[in-house]
Amino acid sequence: MKTKAGNKNWGSNAITYGMVILAYAVMQAMVMSGNISSLMKGLLVPLCMYVILAVSLNLTVGILGELSLGHAGFMCVGAFSSAVFSKCMEGVIPNTMISFLIALVIGALAAAICGILIGIPVLRLRGDYLAIVTLAFGEIIKNIMNAIYLGLDSKGLHFSLKNAAALNLEEGGQVIIKGAQGITGTPKVSSFTIGVVLVLLTLFIIINLTNSRTGRAIMSIRDNRIAAESVGINITKYKLLAFTVSAALAGVAGVLYSHNVSSLTALPKNFGYNMSIMILVFVVLGGIGNIRGSVIAAVVLTLLPELLRGLNNYRMLIYAIVLIAMMIFNSSPKAIALRSQIADNWKKKHSREKKEA
Amino acid sequence: MRKAMSVILAAAMAASLAACGGTSTTSTTAESTTAADSSVAEGTSAAESTDTAADGDKTGTFKIGAIGPITGSAAVYGTAVMDGAELAVNEINAAGGINGYQVEYQFQDDENDVEKSINAYNTLKDWGMQMLVGTTTSNPCISVAAESAVDNLFQITPSGSAVECVENPNVFRVCFSDPDQGAASAQYIGEHQLASKIAIIYDSSSVYSSGIMEKFVSEAANQNLEIVANEAFTAETNTDFTTQLQKAKDGGAELIFLPIYYTEASLILNQANQMGLDVDFFGCDGMDGILQVENFDTSLAEGLMLLTPFVADATDELTQSFVSSYEAAYGSTPIQFAADAYDAVYAIKAAAEDAGLTPDMSVSDLCEGLKTSMTKITINGLTGDNMTWNEAGEPVKAPKAMKIENGAYTAME
Repeated sequence: MKTKAGNKNWGSNAITYGMVILAYAVMQAMVMSGNISSLMKGLLVPLCMYVILAVSLNLTVGILGELSLGHAGFMCVGAFSSAVFSKCMEGVIPNTMISFLIALVIGALAAAICGILIGIPVLRLRGDYLAIVTLAFGEIIKNIMNAIYLGLDSKGLHFSLKNAAALNLEEGGQVIIKGAQGITGTPKVSSFTIGVVLVLLTLFIIINLTNSRTGRAIMSIRDNRIAAESVGINITKYKLLAFTVSAALAGVAGVLYSHNVSSLTALPKNFGYNMSIMILVFVVLGGIGNIRGSVIAAVVLTLLPELLRGLNNYRMLIYAIVLIAMMIFNSSPKAIALRSQIADNWKKKHSREKKEA
Repeated sequence: MRKAMSVILAAAMAASLAACGGTSTTSTTAESTTAADSSVAEGTSAAESTDTAADGDKTGTFKIGAIGPITGSAAVYGTAVMDGAELAVNEINAAGGINGYQVEYQFQDDENDVEKSINAYNTLKDWGMQMLVGTTTSNPCISVAAESAVDNLFQITPSGSAVECVENPNVFRVCFSDPDQGAASAQYIGEHQLASKIAIIYDSSSVYSSGIMEKFVSEAANQNLEIVANEAFTAETNTDFTTQLQKAKDGGAELIFLPIYYTEASLILNQANQMGLDVDFFGCDGMDGILQVENFDTSLAEGLMLLTPFVADATDELTQSFVSSYEAAYGSTPIQFAADAYDAVYAIKAAAEDAGLTPDMSVSDLCEGLKTSMTKITINGLTGDNMTWNEAGEPVKAPKAMKIENGAYTAME
C-alpha cells in the first residue's frame, strides 16, 4: 500500500519534471535552429522567473495555507541585493558565472532573512495577519529602495537617504543605487538554461519538502492546527520554515530578473502589490496546492497578453475575460457539476463501446 | 480525473508553444524570401511587394517602429508619441517617402514597464523593424537601448531624458537630458538675474524630477544663486505642499523652482496663493499643460516661467500646421511628447536621405549610416530651430523659455 502511494507520487512528479525538461528541449531546439521569434526568445527568461515565483508562493498559500500578499517584496529584496553585489564585483571576479552564482546565493539569503524577520512575530498569530503584514512589507521595501543612495569608491560603500551628492564620493567613485533611478547597467547574465535549471531546482526543493516528514507536518498545520499541536508539532517552527523557503525562492526569481534587464527600479508595476496579486492569480488559477498547475498557469498567463499583441487595445480586455472564464471553469459549482457530468457521460460511452467490442 | 486534466493541459501548453514557434517560423521565412527577392531582383519583386509602395516609384518600404505606454498611468505620453510619429509618417508618405521609399509604421504598448518594453521591442523586431522611435519613458528606454545595442539597430528616443538612455552609440534623443534641463534652468535664471534666493520643490520618487534638481543645485553654485530651501515630496504625498512652501517663505525665497509635472504644480500655485506667498515660479517642460488643468484658476499661473521646447499655441507656421493637422486627426491638442516624436521621425528621414539609405540594406548597415549622418544633419523642428546632434547622441538646440501672460504662453527673451 505504502509503496503504491509512493509510486503514484513518483509518477506525478516525473510528469512535472518531464514537462519542464520537454519544454526546455523543444525551445532550445528551436533557438538552435533559429526558428523562434524574437518575442518568444525574449520571453524565455521571464517565463522561468514567473514559474519560480508561482511555485514558491504555492508553498506558502497551498501547502502552508497562509495568505501572502508580499511575494513581489521578497523578489525585490533578492533583485536589489544581488544587483548591488554584481555591480560591486564587476571586474573584480573575472568569471561572470561564478559571480552570478554568488549573487544568486546572496539574493536568496537576503530574501530569506527578510522572510524570517517578518515570520517570527507574525506566524505566531492565527488568522489573516500574515496577509496584512506581507502587503505592508512589499510596499515598504519598494519605498525604501526608492529612497536609498549607495555609492562605492576606494574607501568602501557610502550610504545616504538624501541625494547622490550627499554620498561624498571620491574621484572615480561610482553611484550604485541612485534613489528612484535605481540600478542601471547590471550585467546581463541570466539565460534560458540558467532559468530552467533554477526552475527544476525550485520544483525539486518544493516537491521533496512536501513529500517529506517536514512537509506532512506543514500540511497537518494547514488542515487542522489543533490536531497538529496535540500530536506535538512545533507550529511556529514549521510555519516559519515553509515561509522562509518560499521567500528565499522568490529572492532567486528576483536575481534572475535583475540580471535579465539592464535597468532595475522599484516601481509599483514590477515590485508593487499588483505584481504580488498577479503571482497569487497564477497560484489560484493553477490550483491551490497544485505545483504542476502553478507552472502551467504562470506560463499560459504570461504568454497570453504577449501573444495577443496583434489585437492592440483589446488584448487587456481579452486577458481579463480569460481570467474570469478560467476562474468560473475552475471553481464555480455549476461548472464543476457540468464537468463531472461530461466526464461521466464520456466514461459510460467509453465502457459501452468496450462492451460492444 | 485530475491527473488526466493536467496531462491535457500540459499537452495543450506544449502545443501552444509549438504553435507559436510554428507561426514565427513561417513569418521569418516569408520575410527572408521577400528580402532575398528584393535584393536579387529589384524590378521583378514589384509584383509581390506591398501596394503601399504605389506612390513611390521604388519598391520596398522602410519600417519604423515606436514604443511607449498607451495603457496605465503614463498613457498620456505614449499616446502622444504614437500619434505624433504617425502624423509625421503619414506626411512623409504623402510627400513621396524617404529617398522615394514609402514608410511603414507600427506602434507597440509597453505599459511603462521594463520587461514589457523588451517584449514590445522583440515584437517589432519580428515585424521587421529597421529604426525605432522610442521608447517614450526613461527606464524602459535604458533596457531597450541595451537590447538594440546588441542588434545594432538605430534608435532615437523622443522623450527618454535620463542620462543613461543614450549611453550606446546607436541611440539618439530629441529632448534635453534631465541634467541639461537643470543646468539650462539655472543658467537662464542666473544670466537673466530673475532672482538670487531660490527654493526648490521636487518629487524625490521621480527620476525626471530628482535628475533635474541635482544638476540645478550644482549649477546654481556657478551662477551665484543661493538655494534657501530644497524640499522633496513623493508620489504618495503629492497633495499638501504647505510645509514645503512655508520653508520657502521662511528662507526668504524670491523664486521657487519646480522641476515637476503640471498636476502637482497647479496645486502648489493654488496653495501658495492661499498662503499669500508672492514669489515667482519657474518650471521645466513637465509644466507644459498647466493651463488645461480642470478646475484650476489659470490667473494663478500668470507670470509662471517655464523652459520648454514646444508649446501648442506658438505662432510659427510649422507649429501651427502641426497643431491643426494633429487636432484634425486625433481630436486633441498635442503636447510636447507628440512634437518630440514628430521631430524624431523627421530626423530619421533627414539622416536617411543624407546617407542615401535604401530599405534592402541590413539593419546594422542602416544603423551605421544613420549614426554618421545624424551628426551631420540640421533640422528646423517643432522643438527647436537648427537642431543638430553630437556623437554622444544628445541634441544641440537652444532652450526656449516661455512665460504665461494673459492666459497664454509668450516667448521670453
